[in-house]
Amino acid sequence: MSLSPSPLFSAPGPQVRAVSDEFHGDLLEVSMGPHHPSTHGVFRMMATLDGETVVKLKPVFGYLHRNHEKIGEGTSYLGSMPYTDRLDYLCSMTNNWAYALAVESLSGQAVPERAQYLRVILAELTRLLNHTCLAGFLLQDCGASGTPLMYAFREREKILDLFESLSGSRMMCNYQRFGGCRTDAPPGWLEAAAALVGGYGAFLDEYEALLTGNEILMARTQGVGRLPAALAISAGVTGPMLRAAGVDYDLRKVDGYGFYPRFEFRVPLGAHGDTYDRYMVRVLEMRESIGILQQALRGIPAGPIMDPKARLRGFRAKPGEAYGRIEGPKGEIGFFLISEGGPNPYRYRVRPPSFINLTILEDLCLGHSIADTVVILGSIDIVLGEVDR
Amino acid sequence: MESAAQIRERLVAAFPGASVEVVVNPGPAAQDSLLLGPDRARAIAEFLRDDPVLRLDFCSNVTGVDWPAREARPGCLEVVYHLYSMARKHGPVILRQRTADRADQVSVPSLTPVWRSCEFQEREVFDLFGVVFPGHPDLRRILMWDGFKDHPLRKDYVEPDDYEWEPTAHGEVLAKARRHQAAAGEGPGP
Repeated sequence: MSLSPSPLFSAPGPQVRAVSDEFHGDLLEVSMGPHHPSTHGVFRMMATLDGETVVKLKPVFGYLHRNHEKIGEGTSYLGSMPYTDRLDYLCSMTNNWAYALAVESLSGQAVPERAQYLRVILAELTRLLNHTCLAGFLLQDCGASGTPLMYAFREREKILDLFESLSGSRMMCNYQRFGGCRTDAPPGWLEAAAALVGGYGAFLDEYEALLTGNEILMARTQGVGRLPAALAISAGVTGPMLRAAGVDYDLRKVDGYGFYPRFEFRVPLGAHGDTYDRYMVRVLEMRESIGILQQALRGIPAGPIMDPKARLRGFRAKPGEAYGRIEGPKGEIGFFLISEGGPNPYRYRVRPPSFINLTILEDLCLGHSIADTVVILGSIDIVLGEVDR
Repeated sequence: MESAAQIRERLVAAFPGASVEVVVNPGPAAQDSLLLGPDRARAIAEFLRDDPVLRLDFCSNVTGVDWPAREARPGCLEVVYHLYSMARKHGPVILRQRTADRADQVSVPSLTPVWRSCEFQEREVFDLFGVVFPGHPDLRRILMWDGFKDHPLRKDYVEPDDYEWEPTAHGEVLAKARRHQAAAGEGPGP
């Protein structure tokens, strides 16, 4: 029996790996995506299968590429702020913050206390909505059609209502500015946020009762897509994926940016690095986020929300460069800026967490069935707006 | 954590004859970087990763910068690496590598064998800047398609004029449309 790839595929043949001596057939190349519901956008995986087992898997990017970085170099510092919303379009608030932080460290601006508190509140709300949606999508990918995702979206909608009443837009918030925030919270907003946060624990209890001990979820995710800690570190994996592999590295603790050192919270770590751990770490992170939000909403002071000396229009930074990074819901989102003193950045670089987290996709999928790749990809948590930029 | 100058001293002592320079960052961030010569770059990167004091096990960000020639400065392409330590929880240490020019000597050694996170990011620098990384296991275009020519993030990149489009009623757009239609042998639209 021949092990050569099927003549149907004229592409250069994959490196053939004999799986067993007796029972093997032709390898099959399957192009999953770019239009496949499990890829969460336009992402393609060139999978080579032996039966149902993945023996090779190469991700193909670029279907959503619009050269974000070139556009950022062609516009003013402020002009890029609304465009950062479109990177990871679920988490515009944290994208804004990372960019604002990079510009602030480029120019040496300070941020008033109230704005720092607002940033923490919005970033943690973003983390809640991102992780809630992720759990919903993951279950959707497992075949639990509808219910978990709709529960997640119900809660997400409440958070988006808060974002809308604050910034005027549900998803494309364009809210942070270098030197502070754009608008102050309207009357009653903090109380509404506190009410939402107060009820979120009960929602998580309900959600977990549905999912965490669910036999099908455990069967589909435990031991699937195991990521060793050493590989995770070398491959630059960040965020909940890294911590699920057992590496204690959370930029809120390590860098202590914003006012995070003022808040008490724990960093949940996984023990196995499998897909179930990645789900579980996110659930536990949400519980910690609720704690941070309660502390922040209690402690937020009155005061200005913008540095009075800050200039937004006609902003110019002194020559130099800066790399600013924060712990986004998907991992380390960073911006690298080089200024030559002009109104535009000379170089504007986005460090996209979900793009770099995809480095280990093939390692996670090898040896698993094709159905598992869908679950593994879902647990990596990508948004193609950020992967392709 | 040690400053860039201190790290440079240790590197020069450990790698006699290697070219390591400190590039000072004049801005308030004061993130200085180390410019490596091509000869020992891979060995120096491995040293930084395994050194018990630094333990720079995490290469966070890899990107390119295009520096076209100006007075008193020859043009080059630059690759910037931001390193952190997950074990020691410090950083960044910033490495830079520069190509000899922007035309035909555009190689710098790949650091993917040292940090796996460089794999996709160096492919991106290859794709968008045209830097070639000898030693990279799978150097292909990543965001642009395979048949694409040129490198869009270079400063002298010119947008191709080969797509179908409907000009909007702005003076410069209409002027460009006339040039495009003349080049494509099309008459002006209705």
